[in-house]
Amino acid sequence: MMNNNLDENQLSVIESQQSNMNIVIVGHVDHGKSTIIGRLLADTGSLPEGKLEQVKETCRKNAKPFEYAFLLDALKDEQSQGITIDSARVFFKTQERKYIIIDAPGHIEFLKNMVTGAARAEVALLVIDAKEGVKENSKRHGYLLSMLGIKQVVVLINKMDLVDYSKERYEEILAEYKAFLSEIDVEAESFIPISGFKGENVASGSDKMPWYSGMTVLEKLDGLKNIEDIKNQAFRMPVQGIYKFTAGGDDRRIVAGTIDTGKVKVGHEMVFYPSGKKSKVKSIERFNAPKTDEDVSGSATGFTLEDQIYITRGELACIIGERQPEVSTQIKTKLFWLGKEDLNNTRDYYLKMGTQKVKAALEEVITVLDASTLTKTERQYVQRHEVAEVIFKLEKAIAFDKAENSTETSRFVLVDNYEISGGGIIVDNLENEELWLNEKNNERNIRWSENAVTRKERAGRFVQRPTMVVISGEKGINKKEIASYIERGLFTEGRNVYYMDTESVFSEADAEVKEGNAMENREKQFKEFAKASNFLLDSGNIVIATINEIEEKDINIINTMVSSENIKLVWIGNVKDDHLPIHIHVEGNEKREMIYQKVKKLMIDTKIIFQPEAI
Amino acid sequence: MDHLTKLENKSIHILREAYANFKDLGMLWSIGKDSTVLVHLARKAFLGHVPFPLVHIDTNYKIPEMIAHRNNYAKEWNLDMIYGQNIEALAAKNTFPDGRCSRLECCKLLKTEALQVTLNGTGPRFRLNHETGGYELEKNPTAFTGIIVGVRSDEEGSRSKERYFSPRNQKNDWNIGEQPPEFWNQYKTDFARDTHVRVHPLLDWTELDLWEYIQRENIPMVSLYFDQGEGKRYRSLGCGPCTQPVESSATTVEEIVEELRTGKFSNVAERSGRAQDQEDGGGLEELRKAGYM
Repeated sequence: MMNNNLDENQLSVIESQQSNMNIVIVGHVDHGKSTIIGRLLADTGSLPEGKLEQVKETCRKNAKPFEYAFLLDALKDEQSQGITIDSARVFFKTQERKYIIIDAPGHIEFLKNMVTGAARAEVALLVIDAKEGVKENSKRHGYLLSMLGIKQVVVLINKMDLVDYSKERYEEILAEYKAFLSEIDVEAESFIPISGFKGENVASGSDKMPWYSGMTVLEKLDGLKNIEDIKNQAFRMPVQGIYKFTAGGDDRRIVAGTIDTGKVKVGHEMVFYPSGKKSKVKSIERFNAPKTDEDVSGSATGFTLEDQIYITRGELACIIGERQPEVSTQIKTKLFWLGKEDLNNTRDYYLKMGTQKVKAALEEVITVLDASTLTKTERQYVQRHEVAEVIFKLEKAIAFDKAENSTETSRFVLVDNYEISGGGIIVDNLENEELWLNEKNNERNIRWSENAVTRKERAGRFVQRPTMVVISGEKGINKKEIASYIERGLFTEGRNVYYMDTESVFSEADAEVKEGNAMENREKQFKEFAKASNFLLDSGNIVIATINEIEEKDINIINTMVSSENIKLVWIGNVKDDHLPIHIHVEGNEKREMIYQKVKKLMIDTKIIFQPEAI
Repeated sequence: MDHLTKLENKSIHILREAYANFKDLGMLWSIGKDSTVLVHLARKAFLGHVPFPLVHIDTNYKIPEMIAHRNNYAKEWNLDMIYGQNIEALAAKNTFPDGRCSRLECCKLLKTEALQVTLNGTGPRFRLNHETGGYELEKNPTAFTGIIVGVRSDEEGSRSKERYFSPRNQKNDWNIGEQPPEFWNQYKTDFARDTHVRVHPLLDWTELDLWEYIQRENIPMVSLYFDQGEGKRYRSLGCGPCTQPVESSATTVEEIVEELRTGKFSNVAERSGRAQDQEDGGGLEELRKAGYM
C-alpha cells in the first residue's frame, strides 16, 4: 500500500536529464567575479528575455556605463553599496550540462557567506585581478577551499585588458599563486587569462592573447567531471531518526538517514557507534519508488533491522567487516573560526558532526595560522577569520573518521551561543582512559556478533547463561577455598565453569609495586582481568573470580567490559562500602557448602542455570 | 545518481533535520506546485506519513479549485491540516478586491500578517477534523518554532539569497546581512527564545526540475495549471484577483515540461503573471524581509 512503482515513461524522464554542476566563484573584492558571471550568462544566452536590454536601459537613464555585474546584483542594498553581500545563485546552461553558479562575496566581513557558498560547490573558480595581483583573500579563499574539501579549482586571471594582455604578467601571477597552492596541498586544474569585461577567453577564445593556447572558461567547465558518488568507501550513515508511525497500521520501525559513503545491502551486519550495538539489515524502505535490496552514498534512505535494538539519533551506522570509525572524547582538529567572539577556553561550545551534537571545550590551541600569509602564532585563543589547530575535550564520545580516511565523516561545526561559529576537520583521535574503555566496550559488542556461533546458541547448548560470579570480601578469609568448592560443585552438576584466581595475582602485584604506583597497577590488572574473563564468558562459561576487597570503581571497569546483568557479587565478611551492588552477603564464618547452595539458588532464581525437573 | 534524485535526497535530508530539531514544526502548503511537491517529499522522507501539521494561509481570495484540491488531498493523504486567516481585515473589507488598499498592502494584510499571527498562535487557526470532514477552531494554539516553506532560489532575486535554515525574529524579520553560515549538512537549528526558523528544502530546485519531478513521481496538481480548453493556464498560483493565467495550451505535465525545457517559457520569468511583483522594483524584497513567502 505504501509503494507504487515508477512506470517506463517516468524512467525516461530520468534518463533525459542533463548532468548538473555547482560552481562557486570566489576571489578578493573587486577582482571581477560578478562581471565574469554576468558575461557567462549573457554569452550563453541564459538570461531571461529582455533582461540585458532592461539593465542597459537603466544604466543609460542613470548616465552610468553598463557593466555585466549589474545583471547580478538583484538586491537593492547590493546595488547601493556595490558589493555582493551574500551568495547569490545563478543558473546557466551549455550544450554539455546545466550549471549553478554560486557567487560568493569577496569582502572579508562576509567570509561566512563565502564559506556557505563554497561548501555547496563541487568546482571553484578563483578570480585574481591581473593588475592588483595576489591579495590576502586570494590566499585565504584558496586555503578555505582546500579545508572545505573542494578538489577542482580553476584559477582565472582576470582583467587582462588592463595589463595589455601581457604574457609576462600572467606568468608572474601564475608562479606566485601556484607556489602558494602547493604549500597547502592544492593543485589547480588550470590558470586561464581572461577579461570578464571584454569577454576574452570566457565563453569564446581571444585573439588578444595568441600566446595562450589553453581552454576558455566555458570549455574548461564543460570538460570537468562531476564528482562520482562515493560508493567504494566504508559505509557511513549518521542516524537522523528512528521512525515509527503507527497511523494506518504501519508497524515498521525505520532507521532513517542519508548515506555519506559506501553502500548497504539487506542482510548486512550493521554496527552503530558510539554505542557499539549491532543488528542485521532486514529491509530497505522507500515511498513511491521501486523496491530495492541495496542503497548507495548520497541516498536519503531508511531501513528496518532484525532486532529491536535501542538506538537514537546521533549514532553512526557502519557495517561489520569494513573499516571501523574512531570513537573518542578528545580530538585534534583543524578549524576556521567565523565567530564574532574569540574561540577560547572560558566557555562551552556545541560540536555538531553528522547528526551528533555534544558539548565541547577548548583544551589546547596548538597553533594559529593566518590563512592569507600562512604565518603561525602561538596563543591560547583563536580570532575571527583565523585558521587553527586545536584540541577539544568532548562531554560524550563521538564517532568519526580521521580526515585522512574520509572527507565526509571527519567534518564538524561549532556552535557558540546558537550560532554556527566555526567549522573544521578532525585530524587525530587523542586516546585517553575513557576511550580505552569505550573501544574495548565496542570490541566486546562486535566480537560477539562476529562469531559464527552466537552467545544465545551457546547458552542453549550448555543450558546456562555466561555469568561472572565475583567472590570478594575482607582480607584474610580464604576466598580461594570457597571459590574452588563452588567451581567443583557446579562442574559436578554438569556446568561449564572456570575459576580465575585473581586474588593472589592482584595481591602479589600490589606487594611488588611500592606505594604511588599501586593504584595504577591495580587498575591495569583489572582491565587485563576483565579482558580475559570476557573471552571465557564469550565461550559460554560461568566464571568464578576471587578479588580482595573489590571497590566500586573496579566494578565500573568490569561493568564497562562485561554487561552488568552478567555479574553477580558475593561478599564475605564485613561490608565497608554500602554502595557496592552485592547480591549475596554471608558472614566470614559461614560454611562453604551453605555459600555454594546460596550461589546456586541465586543462579536458578535469575535463570542463569535451569532448575532440574523434580523427580 | 541523476539530478532529480540528488535534489530529492537533499530535500529529504533537510526535512528530516527539521523534524529532528524543532519541537513545534509545521509546513506551509499554498496548494501551488512547489509546496505540493514539498508535501510529497515529506511523505517520502517519513515513509508515507507527514508527521507535522500543514498550514495554509487562506486569503479568502484563493481560486476555489485550490481549496477543493487542498481538502481532497488532506483527506486522502491523512494530513494534519490547519488554515489561518486575517479575519479582521476580511471583516473590515480592507482588501484590494474591495478597493480599500493597494495590491502590496493587501498582500501585507491577508498574507504576511495572517501568516504571522497564524504561526505565533495569536490568531485563529482552523484544524481539519478527519472524522467529520470539517474544520474546527483550534483551542490554545501554540507557536511554531520551525516552519517549512517551498521557496526556490530561482524564483526571484531575494529568494536566491536564502539559507536552507533561515532564522527569523519575533516579528518575522529577515536579516539578510547577518545570515548564519551553512556547510557540510550543518544548519542553524539552535535559536534563542521567541524566534523561529524557516526551513527551505526546495532552495536548489528550478521550475523545470519541479515539473520534471511532478512528472516522474506522478504528483497530482490542481487543474488550474493546465489549459481547460481556453488556451490559458496558470503558471504561478496566487489570489484570483492578482494572478493572471498565461497563454498556453498545455494540458498535461509532459506538455508543461516541454514548454519549460525548450518551448515558449524556457526564457520567460515564472512570476511574470504576478501583478504585485511589478508594482515596485524592490517591493518583493521588502515584503519578504517582513515575512512574505
